[in-house]
Amino acid sequence: MVSTEVVTIDEVIAAHAPDRGRKPGELLATLHAVQSELGCLPRDVLDRVAAHCNLSRAEVHGVMSFYPDFRTSPGGRHVIQICRAEACQAMGAAALERYVRALLQVDYGETTADGSISLQPVYCLGNCACAPSVRIGDRVHGRVDAARLERLVANVRQGEGE
Amino acid sequence: MAARLYIPSDTTAAAMGADELHAAVARALRDGGQPVELVRNGSRGAFWLEPLVELERNGVRLAFGPVAVPDVPSLLEAVSGDPASHPLCLGEVSQIPWLAGQRRLTFGRAGTGDPLCLEHYQAERGFAALLSALQQAPAAIVAAVRDAGLRGRGGAAFPTGIKWQTVLDAPAGQKYVVCNADEGDSGTFADRLLMEADPFQLIEGMVIAGLAVGATQGYIYLRSEYPRARDVMRTAIAKAGAAGFLGADICGSGKAFHLHLCLGAGAYICGEETSLLESLEGRRPLVRAKPPLPALAGLLGRPTVVNNVLTFAAVTSILSEGAGAYAEQGSGRSRGTLTVQLAGNVRRGGLVELPFGRTLRELVFEFGGGSYSGRPVRAIQVGGPLGAYLPESQWDVPLDYESLAAAGAMLGHGGVVVFDDSVDMSRQARYAFEFCAEESCGKCTPCRVGAVRGAELVDRLRAGEQVVENTLLLRDLCATMEEGSLCAMGGLTPAPVRSALEHFAEDFPSGAGG
Ligand SMILES: Cc1cc2nc3c(=O)[nH]c(=O)nc-3n(C[C@H](O)[C@H](O)[C@H](O)COP(=O)(O)O)c2cc1C
Ligand code: SF4
Ligand code: FES
Repeated sequence: MVSTEVVTIDEVIAAHAPDRGRKPGELLATLHAVQSELGCLPRDVLDRVAAHCNLSRAEVHGVMSFYPDFRTSPGGRHVIQICRAEACQAMGAAALERYVRALLQVDYGETTADGSISLQPVYCLGNCACAPSVRIGDRVHGRVDAARLERLVANVRQGEGE
Repeated sequence: MAARLYIPSDTTAAAMGADELHAAVARALRDGGQPVELVRNGSRGAFWLEPLVELERNGVRLAFGPVAVPDVPSLLEAVSGDPASHPLCLGEVSQIPWLAGQRRLTFGRAGTGDPLCLEHYQAERGFAALLSALQQAPAAIVAAVRDAGLRGRGGAAFPTGIKWQTVLDAPAGQKYVVCNADEGDSGTFADRLLMEADPFQLIEGMVIAGLAVGATQGYIYLRSEYPRARDVMRTAIAKAGAAGFLGADICGSGKAFHLHLCLGAGAYICGEETSLLESLEGRRPLVRAKPPLPALAGLLGRPTVVNNVLTFAAVTSILSEGAGAYAEQGSGRSRGTLTVQLAGNVRRGGLVELPFGRTLRELVFEFGGGSYSGRPVRAIQVGGPLGAYLPESQWDVPLDYESLAAAGAMLGHGGVVVFDDSVDMSRQARYAFEFCAEESCGKCTPCRVGAVRGAELVDRLRAGEQVVENTLLLRDLCATMEEGSLCAMGGLTPAPVRSALEHFAEDFPSGAGG
């Protein structure tokens, strides 16, 4: 079981960094691919990326830790991002932020007790003409108010029950 | 011709329900056996009308919007009966005043058809510029871009022709073309709209850049916050390659240009061009000191053109319409068209493309229709998170690079974010520092530490602590950041702060502002 998983991850790494990280974009693409496979970037896997790309552990860690997208431990099964940037502020994002924290009982960077939802801030989703904006998975939602957010969260949780 | 219905696949259209609407229409058409073709188009950028549905019949395109799922039965009834009588009908789409009042060059094709249909792109003059470029010497292409007076649309407004000339003149060897599609500025979405609605135009502009400077490899650095743009660009690159517009032998010319798509990972600073290059190279993306300029030592130390999405797109207009025709539009040293993105608390938000030189007031009130909330507009932030907040006394400034600079503001990437009178400008000042603290690359002290101190200082001011001393400290800190920062992240964070203090003093304890 363990060995097949390791082989798979090594294959993912090799597939996204065929040039061993030297070609522009390879390292980020590899980190994205591994995280989408495993849900996070555990330390031992970062070591394998480092080994494959002929980098030190510190170098790979220095890269991954810079970016908000990457995490070293698994988050929730779904990620909800609330846009905190100016166009959304102008349409009431601050109130929405307070509301979602109370609703999910978590702060940014945390995951709900049932492990289903992680809450993250985001700075603009390019939906600024129909603010405030929220992203769930790859879907962006516009003109989100408290009632709408509550329905969206309910849908996420219901989708899991099915 | 049978009837054809268009429902946009754009991020904002979908954010307003276009995907559910499309599913409902498809189901109803199937169940009703109605002979109507259903197309997912890009958006025209009239986001206040999304989901904006279009019905094409006998060469006429009628618009309906915003359309919701419960409207589907009546809409389909109208399609087979008298569409113009439907309550949501807006008349012919090109005659909607908000669109008819624009001058669409870069965004002329956006929303007219399936973004990934090469035949549609070519039928709408797509690849005409590339075919013309293939007939020209590199120096002639660069000269056209220079003569058009094109300046970079990413924010710094550097003359594109000069940048390209530098890369062209650099010694031969591997050169690169990099597209900055990081679009991190809040209140902006023009790059996203272009990539989702007209991706081949970006590809065409980048191939032309490659021909102009002698680069055979291109990279698009796209922010990860744009999953739809990612999917569209990925498919568009594959299709363009299969049709011979990319690859080892472009249109049989024997010239090569290979294009790759790379995803960022949520860091604003990666929009700064040298940080972007570090990110592409797989290093921790700290901003590089300049010189050397990326044009001479960019990606992997090689001569590199780095331009914004809209800059590459503008090149296709220049080469197909002519440098003279392009330069004829605009005002002063700002040539061509400006793409304003109306965002925030505005009634008719979306993308407005116009020749440079219209005033902010015209944009926000004539196009934008004032605030969404119906309350008085109080502050307008222009140019993203590092841009100033303008009070009403400055709304008559013409929107071009020089006029805004003279007003202590900047146009940046064209974001215009409207706030009504419920805004607390001392909070906006605090947010500017907070954002800088969050996104600083950490390389230089004024930015890394200054942002944190700035947020603390604004907190103390807001609490009314030692107002005079803390205001002095705050101004001093702003000056230190402006003078001592390596890049505009730290260097321009004081701009929104200062404008809040100066023009909205009443939001700070007395003794602070002015
Ligand atoms: C903090 C910071 C963020 C930036 N973000 C972007 C961006 O998201 N997109 C962009 O095109 N340019 C951005 N720029 C400007 C780029 O550094 C660079 O000037 C631009 O990509 C050059 O292309 P252009 O000449 O076509 O505008 C940013 C600059 C700074 C200092
Ligand atoms: S100003 Fe800020 S973002 Fe720019 S180089 Fe310095 S620390 Fe990095
Ligand atoms: S500012 Fe929130 S989507 Fe752009």
